[in-house]
Amino acid sequence: MAAVQVAPRSRRLPSFLGAANLPDLTFRGIVFVIGALGLVGIIALIVGSMIAESMPAIRAFGPSFMVSNVWDPVKRQFGAIPFVYGTITTSLIALIIAAPISIGVALFAVEMAPPWLGNAISVIVELLAAIPSVLLGLWGIFVMVPFLQRVVEPWLIDRFPGVPLFEGPPYGVGLLAGGLILAIMVVPTIVAVSRDVVVAVPIAQREAMLALGATDWEATARAVLPYCRSGLLGATILGLGRALGETMAVTMVIGNRADISASLFHPSYTMASVIANEFTEATNDLYVSALVEVGLLLFGVTIVMNMIARLLVWSTARASEAQLRMA
Amino acid sequence: MPAIVLQTTPKMAQRQFVDRVMGALLSLATLIALAPLVLVIAFILGNGAAGINLDLLTQLPKPVGELGGGLANAFVGTAILIALAVLMGVPVGILAGVYLSEFGHSRFASLLRFLTDVLTGVPSIVIGIVAYSAIVLPMHSFSAVSGGFALALIMVPVVTRTTEEALKRVPQALREAALGLGVAEWKSILFVVIPSGMGGIVTGVMLAVARISGETAPLLFTAFGSRFWQDGLNKPIAALPLQIFQYAVAPYKDWHNQAWAAAFMLMLLILGLNVCVRVLTRSGFQRVR
Amino acid sequence: MVAGVRVTAPFIAGILLSSLLAACGGGSSVPPVPAGSAPASAAAPAAGGKVNLTGAGSTFDFPLFTKMFDAYGKQSGNQVNYQSVGSGAGIEQLTKKTVDFGASDAIMTADQEKAAGAPVVHIPVTLGAVAVGYNLPGVTGLKLDADSLSGIYLGTIKSWDDPKIVALNPDLKLPKTAIAPVERSDGSGTTYIFTNYLSAVSPDWKSKVGADTSVKWPVGIGGKGSEGVAGQVSQTPGGIGYFELAYAKQNNISTIAMKNQAGKFVDASVAGATAGAAGAAANMPKDGKALIVNAPGDSAYPISGFSWIITYQDLADATKGKALVDLFTFSTTKGQTYSEALFYAQLPQQVQDLDGQLIKSLTIAGKPQ
Repeated sequence: MAAVQVAPRSRRLPSFLGAANLPDLTFRGIVFVIGALGLVGIIALIVGSMIAESMPAIRAFGPSFMVSNVWDPVKRQFGAIPFVYGTITTSLIALIIAAPISIGVALFAVEMAPPWLGNAISVIVELLAAIPSVLLGLWGIFVMVPFLQRVVEPWLIDRFPGVPLFEGPPYGVGLLAGGLILAIMVVPTIVAVSRDVVVAVPIAQREAMLALGATDWEATARAVLPYCRSGLLGATILGLGRALGETMAVTMVIGNRADISASLFHPSYTMASVIANEFTEATNDLYVSALVEVGLLLFGVTIVMNMIARLLVWSTARASEAQLRMA
Repeated sequence: MPAIVLQTTPKMAQRQFVDRVMGALLSLATLIALAPLVLVIAFILGNGAAGINLDLLTQLPKPVGELGGGLANAFVGTAILIALAVLMGVPVGILAGVYLSEFGHSRFASLLRFLTDVLTGVPSIVIGIVAYSAIVLPMHSFSAVSGGFALALIMVPVVTRTTEEALKRVPQALREAALGLGVAEWKSILFVVIPSGMGGIVTGVMLAVARISGETAPLLFTAFGSRFWQDGLNKPIAALPLQIFQYAVAPYKDWHNQAWAAAFMLMLLILGLNVCVRVLTRSGFQRVR
Repeated sequence: MVAGVRVTAPFIAGILLSSLLAACGGGSSVPPVPAGSAPASAAAPAAGGKVNLTGAGSTFDFPLFTKMFDAYGKQSGNQVNYQSVGSGAGIEQLTKKTVDFGASDAIMTADQEKAAGAPVVHIPVTLGAVAVGYNLPGVTGLKLDADSLSGIYLGTIKSWDDPKIVALNPDLKLPKTAIAPVERSDGSGTTYIFTNYLSAVSPDWKSKVGADTSVKWPVGIGGKGSEGVAGQVSQTPGGIGYFELAYAKQNNISTIAMKNQAGKFVDASVAGATAGAAGAAANMPKDGKALIVNAPGDSAYPISGFSWIITYQDLADATKGKALVDLFTFSTTKGQTYSEALFYAQLPQQVQDLDGQLIKSLTIAGKPQ
């Protein structure tokens, strides 16, 4: 191999800037400045704004904000635990319902359906993403909630008496309704990204399995899915992000009551909802500051949930690597 | 020569059964996923069919009780806001995705990747508050620019992540082939890698556009809304989701009809945009071979 | 087919681009449909030209304002852009000087007035009756009083056949259904009026909960916006909730006749609200900041309240200031005629007179008018 001239690396610049020639350096520079620094700037702007706005509340309440369950604007006592509970629970419900269904749709559209149908399904599902959140919420109030109240919840109460998850009068609104509507909002995201992930699996993988005598499902489950496992998890994480931050639709069907209860039928309250509900009418600076602090807390919850998801990805990647090495 | 008969052993029968059941389950999943869409569209049409007419696209809003108003300025306003958001957000998003995918092997890049994921979960109302403090307050005025900025802030993390994932899926062999042919790095990224990943990039951008076109909260304190034609990018601007929201929550049937009709047309527009952009970039839905 | 699509896509891109350019260039290049208003211009026009005003605040006022300001626009040629962002947000925007005037269903708090920096004036512009709706199929003409209503929302009265309710409605057959109270989850002027009423008539409520645009409710489910509360009540058998009168009419929800201070049962109506304001007018403070819940008078509906236009006492910009004074005068006199058709209550004459004085007290660029 001929020797390649490499430009000497400057010790002060990050190694990524040590490109060999000017055009490459310029390109890397543009990508770095606009892309990476732009992103850093956005993160800094959002986090910085939120911290600055919530300082009064942080100073006033300290750590008790995160464990207290009293939210009283009149008496100026603010504690955020009920909202954390509501957010995490509805997001988990949404993901548990939406992830399998979405991945199923992606598999159906790519592996099972004829190309024209697969394309049509993808485009139609993405339409779901375009429905204004407030209209989905209104549909929720006038169609989904009565359905839950009159059909689903009484049925669940009858079939599973005594189970704490299904206790309480069937209001219709509540954790279940919130989780369901989030699931509906999250499906397009997970489907769209999963679809791209599955499409990218080389056809040779599938064909090799089929040649070995596998059924269609086995080829999908054992050749395609493991190949794109981390991509599918990435799609789910994107969906999780959507679920955690969704505001309008959830707030219309969740009952907006700052309580913690094991029952799915009990009204609840999410962090995004309380901010959306009360921000425009917050009458004093401490109130506004407390609301922004809830936003900061949501940021924290998102970080924790993302870290857990990443650990999952990392550990399954390691497990499959170990399997490969043993084979 | 006797025909070869494949005997179905019990094990094989079980596997075929599983195959059929899973096939049915996948079809069921698709139906379940499509059901809410069908129901919501039926609901929107049911409530808004009365309001779908040309007036909606050509007339300015009229006060309550006067017939014949429309949402023309809101349609134009939303188009302007989306254009601004795409102009401000997509380049940053795509370039950030390129950085993370092609050059992102350091700890800094890992942190950036992680924070981008977290950013996709920030509630849109918080983003609206940020854009308000950053642009509206110094300007002492609501404006289209601040609205576009808020929407761009929502778009960037989504576009970044989907671009990165799309580019990561481009086989390394392609890059190595370009290198082997002596193509400069910047050319290989710009003309080989990115076009290969165009499908995924377009998906990300269209997903982000669909999402921001329905967002109300970030526009409350930035674009502000207007009942008149646009007056300049530094003035308040009408936006479809804002108007739809105001009309949908008011107690007047006439306004409800307009809101539902406008929502239906918004969805049609997004669908049209989606199809057009996919054809324009010829990124379709082909499978990588 | 492909050629057709190849043409469409750039066409759509072209529309987006041209709308962007149109926005930069000013409104005159956009389709000439708008009725009545002259082409927009970005800078403040010379005297006699069109003035652009922006206002923000109460969602309750929004529909009425669209009618009033449109009529004012036709008469004066000025453009008034009012958006409903919420009373608190409207006051905030006025304070930050991003809008020319605000509108609020709640009187400004001491904190808000301090943040405003300069004196502000509250000008009552309209009246609303907060209806209490219920969902009991087959039961019409329900009556309640202060005691029973506060008991329901405090959680002490849990069932529709509670003796206190039965006592007030001897001729009605009340079922044994559980009461499902619904309240506003988002901050709102309607909650402000409702909780002020409960605080005025129930010392228990006043000490346990208090009055504000947003409170910690002892019981009940929170609906978002009046349409959320109305929707929830109409879907929940046994439900009860409070919202503006227009929503009760829109959703065909039966409303409760409340016992007023004079001992009479009055149903929610615009006439009842006007009567309440008239009854309170005699004792109204000169700055217009009056709560008229539980007002005296035979036909007064006890759960009513004003909505105010909030403005700085000194209007800094001379051209805008003159237009603002014009606008306020129109809204509190001729504009009142649009109220009833939209289920708002007209200001009684005494209050309109008070408004005249308040408007006269405004100064333009430091000088009296």
